[in-house]
Amino acid sequence: MWKWLHPYAKTERTYQLCQLLLPWFSVFGLFIIILATVWGLAFAPTDYQQSDAYRIIYVHVPTAVLSKSLYIAMAVAAFVGLVWQVKTSFMAMMAFAPVGATVTFVSLVTGAAWGKPMWGTWWEWDARLTSQLILLFLFLGVISLYKAFDDKQQAGKAAGVMAVVGIINLPIIHYSVEWWNTLHQGATIMKLDKPSMPPEMLWPLLLSILGWILVCGAISMLRLQNEILQRDLKRPWVVKLALNEHVWGDKK
Amino acid sequence: MQALVSLLKRDLSLAYRQRAELMQPLLFFVLVISLFPLGVGPEPKTLQLIGPGVIWVAAILSSLLGLERLFRDDFSDGSLEQLILSGTSLSGASLVKVFAHWVTSIFPLIILSPLLALFLHLTEPMYWALLKTLLLGTPLLSLIGAIAVGLTVGLNKGGMLLALLLLPVFVPLLIFATSAVEAASMGLQYNAQLAIIGAMLLFSLALAPFAIAYALRVSQN
Repeated sequence: MWKWLHPYAKTERTYQLCQLLLPWFSVFGLFIIILATVWGLAFAPTDYQQSDAYRIIYVHVPTAVLSKSLYIAMAVAAFVGLVWQVKTSFMAMMAFAPVGATVTFVSLVTGAAWGKPMWGTWWEWDARLTSQLILLFLFLGVISLYKAFDDKQQAGKAAGVMAVVGIINLPIIHYSVEWWNTLHQGATIMKLDKPSMPPEMLWPLLLSILGWILVCGAISMLRLQNEILQRDLKRPWVVKLALNEHVWGDKK
Repeated sequence: MQALVSLLKRDLSLAYRQRAELMQPLLFFVLVISLFPLGVGPEPKTLQLIGPGVIWVAAILSSLLGLERLFRDDFSDGSLEQLILSGTSLSGASLVKVFAHWVTSIFPLIILSPLLALFLHLTEPMYWALLKTLLLGTPLLSLIGAIAVGLTVGLNKGGMLLALLLLPVFVPLLIFATSAVEAASMGLQYNAQLAIIGAMLLFSLALAPFAIAYALRVSQN
């Protein structure tokens, strides 16, 4: 596996890999999101208890799932960067971070919008809401620590340490908050036995999670490519790439 | 070992010579707590209800204020660089520095805590629970805090950033500590909460020194 991963320490190879994967991720991601959202909002059956209000689940759950996954992805990238001194890894970390923060924010907003008709309040100090809020703060902390440094190499290491500290803390925060207060409904999909949702509702949900994963992946890759280009601006391969792009853009 | 002992002596005597600066977080702690009765009204029942949370939040905030001095002076006069170059284990040295800092700027908060318990009308069992959580929990504040201080020491405006980085991380500690005091107020057992705080303390005692040392190396570039 290391032999396979090692070439990607070079920024050029990572850039090419992103270039290769990007069209697939973005096209399929957008297509699946549109499909799943239309299916979920228009065609999935109405819930007998929550009526149509439950339909926000098709945005809320994917973002909530992705917020934690993106934090883990960010922390793994940070860890790889810290341990094996891979420069590209820190760039990947910072590619994930703002995407994760945005997704966390979206899940909070949609959660609040869902909470209003269901619990009768926009905000409740419920366990999952609170831990999501703290997750947002953790993301913002990592981002602002990174931005505070002028030297990007140093910034990557510092933000990486904070991301790893955060990931150790995340389960502790999660369980402490859970134990502190719970109002949120229990997990619907991740139950090991039978999911407590009929398949007509479940399928669009799973699809929209997949779509969000692909789109978030695509955005992260775009950000990573940008970061690589910015840092390697003076390298010969970027210069060559820029020249080619230009020629290609002119439709020679 | 001898180097670490002399480092401890140096830090303690330096702190002793800067007593005025040490007083500031302490005063802040007392002031914040005395603002609460003014804000929410002097009703003993209300104060008793919010007391543990208020004391803990104030302790976290004032320790954040005090934490900045942990490496700042050493960083600016270059002795931190000498410490890194000296060949003594940097993680050991940071542990010593954190300990010295805890003794000089956090322990006084604990000594003051009976007074604050009086201010907020805490009952006696509540106070004992509070004291135990403070004794177990504040070293955790210093240890985790020192990582972030190490990371931000090279930045000019680290103060606000430090709070942004650390406050979310301290949430579990706040929850467990205040729930221990709450349990004590109802006459319940609170050993579980103390055990969890103790576990977190031991865990960070084992790992934080390395993270602090790494953070200092990053800051020193």
